[in-house]
Parts: sequence; structure tokens; C-alpha cells
Amino acid sequence: MLELIRQYDILSAFLATIQLALVSSLGALVIGTFVAVLRVSPVRIFQFAGAAYVNLVRNTPLTLIVFFMFFCLYTLLQWHISPMSARSATHAFQWGVIGLSIYHAAFVAEALRSGVNTVPVGQAEAARAIGLTFSQTLTEIVLPQAFRGAIAPLGNTMIALTKNTTVVSTIGVAEASYAMKNAIEFSPDVLYLIFFVMATGFVVLTLPMGIAFTHFSRKLAVQR
Amino acid sequence: MTFRKPLALLAGAVLALSTAACQAPGSTPAAPAGSASAAAGGATGNITIGIKFDQPGLSLKEGAGYTGFDVEVAKYVAKELGYSESQIVFKESPSAQRETLIEGGQVQLIFATYSITDARKARVSFAGPYFIAGQDLLVRNDSTIKGPQDLNGKKLCSVTGSTSAKNVKDKYAQGTDLSEQDTYSKCVTALAAGTLDAVTTDNVILAGYAAQEQYKGKLKVVGAPFSTERYGVGLKKGDTAMCTKVNTAIAKMQSSGEWQKALDKTVGPSGFKVSGDNPPKTDACS
Repeated sequence: MLELIRQYDILSAFLATIQLALVSSLGALVIGTFVAVLRVSPVRIFQFAGAAYVNLVRNTPLTLIVFFMFFCLYTLLQWHISPMSARSATHAFQWGVIGLSIYHAAFVAEALRSGVNTVPVGQAEAARAIGLTFSQTLTEIVLPQAFRGAIAPLGNTMIALTKNTTVVSTIGVAEASYAMKNAIEFSPDVLYLIFFVMATGFVVLTLPMGIAFTHFSRKLAVQR
Repeated sequence: MTFRKPLALLAGAVLALSTAACQAPGSTPAAPAGSASAAAGGATGNITIGIKFDQPGLSLKEGAGYTGFDVEVAKYVAKELGYSESQIVFKESPSAQRETLIEGGQVQLIFATYSITDARKARVSFAGPYFIAGQDLLVRNDSTIKGPQDLNGKKLCSVTGSTSAKNVKDKYAQGTDLSEQDTYSKCVTALAAGTLDAVTTDNVILAGYAAQEQYKGKLKVVGAPFSTERYGVGLKKGDTAMCTKVNTAIAKMQSSGEWQKALDKTVGPSGFKVSGDNPPKTDACS
């Protein structure tokens, strides 16, 4: 088994998975918070824009989004973040992160909106009564409580994101499932061992995440 | 708290069951229904043959039918085994699933640009080879790349988990920027769009893409093969009876001129010339 891990560089593949998951989680959190704010804002057109984003992106397969990012935006339109001369792997990683962030932002937004709904209306009313503006109310009163109330669903989204990183192997990011494809091709005789190693790898990544999120969702819950 | 433990046990049991179910077809050597009886009975029942569905010139699904050199050879061999064309069921066999499909008995034979290698022989047996291909490069028409030695600093593409990707990585990739996609068509699209400089795999596969309508006159095969890929017919491990029959059929196809005819009809239009090793002599069955 150690031989297998060394031969196909499975550790560095999982490192790529972790990098993808971390950067994409951050991206999804930023975009998702923005979309959630749109959805709870008092302006109708913003509400509509937020709802449209969530419904459109949430109901589109991730494979399609990642594929669109890489082949339409990068390959055909040649949009790029790093210079075009950068390595293909860099471009693939960046577009993979963008695709994952955009997709999971829809779930983050919904998780946060559920968090906002846990904040009693009285909190916002009280904030307004002492003269805070909408943005002050949001950033000082509502969102901090919303985040604390939304830790469990946000954790679910992050675990799903970690496993969904396997999708970006279709555009050639050398993450775990990419290493698995190589291993299956060149060591077909140890197929079940490969599956076992990969499954273990993902459990090792996601199980502590689940435990941590459950812990914090209890510990940080707003006592009312 | 009280209901948690039984729930965990139940989950464990379900997991164990599903793993066992998953393992069963591969680990039991006894052949599931189909392969043995079909081969013995000759003309009764169907024969399921694994091919690729997405390789122009070799085996491509077009509407309800299939075209390409692999398909022609498969049809000829099936005919020699006593199956009429209507008794052939073609099934898609992507590269990474080929061994599993044979072991599980879902397909009896595989004609899918299946290079004979020792690692694969551990799980399946091969008849043939019926064609000798070589790894080559596909580039844009105005490219200066003449062979793998010109690839330093260039962007190269191949398919994840393919022999060609590994070959380039092992021998030539030091200065090359290799990216891997899950299908060749993605590589070829990117090559035509200009984000890549070269695509590598077996010359005959590349020729099939170069000959496609939308790439005609834009892409070319370099024509300096740097490996030897012997395409065999994958079949159940140890089935020498079947292997011998397939070899006889392939030899007959070559001597009767049908082999050359099939090649001219399918890959010929792309201007591709086969190397001197073709048509190959089949290996002994073991």
C-alpha cells in the first residue's frame, strides 16, 4: 500500500485536493455572503438578483460549470488570471477554483440565509431603533449571529465541496481522483486497494471537518 | 443518545454489504453466464464487444451505427466466431474500465486501441495484436515541432491514465508542460484554439482527429512515432480457446486482404500511412 501511495504520488494529489478545497471554500464564502446579503436586502431588484443566482447555479451540474469555465472562458475566449505562458496546470487550478467557488456560493448563500432567519426580528428592529444604518445593522448585528447559527449547514457545504473537488480532474487538475485514474490504469491488479486508499483519504479529510463543525456549531451557538 | 448506537451499527452493516457486493464480480473466477456458452454454442445468443465510442477513424458512434477500423476488425472476428452482425452488441469501454468490464463478464471481447502490456496481462488475456501503432504528436499546421525533442517549454496534452501520458512523463517531460484531460477531443479542441502546442497519443488516433471536418487543413500528425503500441483483443484471462479462435480470425482477415481494405476505408482518408510492422503477426495464446 505504501508502495502504491509512493508510486502514484497520492499524498501530493491529496495536497492538491486540500488546496483546492481551502481556496474554493474561501471563494465560496465571499461570493455566498454577498449573494446572501443581496437576498436579505430591502431592495427588490437585489433580492431578485440573489434569488436568480441561487436558483440558476444551484440547479446546474458542477461538471457543466467547471467545463464551461475551462473550455469556453479559458480555451476559446482565452480569459486568464496568470499570463497565458503560465503552466497549463496553473490555469486549470485557477479555473477549477473559480468553478467550485461559484457553484458552492449558492449553497453558502442558502446556509447563511437560514442563519439570518435564526436571528430574531427584534434584533434588527432594536438596531434600527438605536439609529444604526442598514449596513451597520447587517455587519454588526445580523451577520455575526447569522454565521454562528449557520455553522452546521456551512460545514455540510464545505464537506460537500471537498468531495466535489474530484470533478475538476476533468479539466486536468492533478488532485486525488486524477491520481486514482492513473493508478487504476497502470496498476489494474490492485483495483480494490486503490479504491480503499482513496476512500480512506477522503474520510480522513472530511471526518475531522464534520466533528469540528458539529463541535463549533454547539459551542458558538447564540444562547437565547 | 439511545438510538445512536444501533444506527451506527446499521450504517456499518450496510457499508460492509455494499463493499462485498462490489467486490463479488471481480474476485470470483467463475465466469458469469454468457461468455463460455456463447463461445461454445457458436451462432446462438449475442456477443458483447467493448469498443470506444469517441475515436474518429477507429471506433466512433455515429447515430445508431459504429464506424472505424476497430469496429471493422471486431465485426470480422465476430463473423468468424459464428455471429452474424445482428448478434453483436457493442458496449462502450472507456480506457480505465476495460479490465473490469472483462473480469465482470459484461463484455466478451474488447477492441478499443487496447495496447498489450504486462500489467494488463495480470488481469486479462490478449489475442492479437491486430495493429501496430506508435506514439506521435498532433500539432497545428504552422507548428515547428518535429518530434518529442522539440517539446521543451511547450504545452502538451494527453489523456489521464493513458500509456502515452506516462511515456512522455517518463522520457520527455522534463521541460514539457504536460496537462491531462479526460478525453482526446478536449485536448484537440484546446490545440485548435491555440492554448496548447501539441497533443500526444497513438498516431492512428491522432490521424482520426486530424481528418475530422472541422480540423481539416488546421492540424497535422508530425509523423515521427517514438513508441510501439501493439493493439490486442482483450478477453477473459486464461481463455486460450477463445484467444486461438480470435487469432485465427485475425490471420484470415489479413491474408484475405480484408484487413487492408478496412484500414483504407477507415483511417486511409486522413492521409495516414501505417508503419512497416503492419500487418502484425499474432502472438501465441497462453
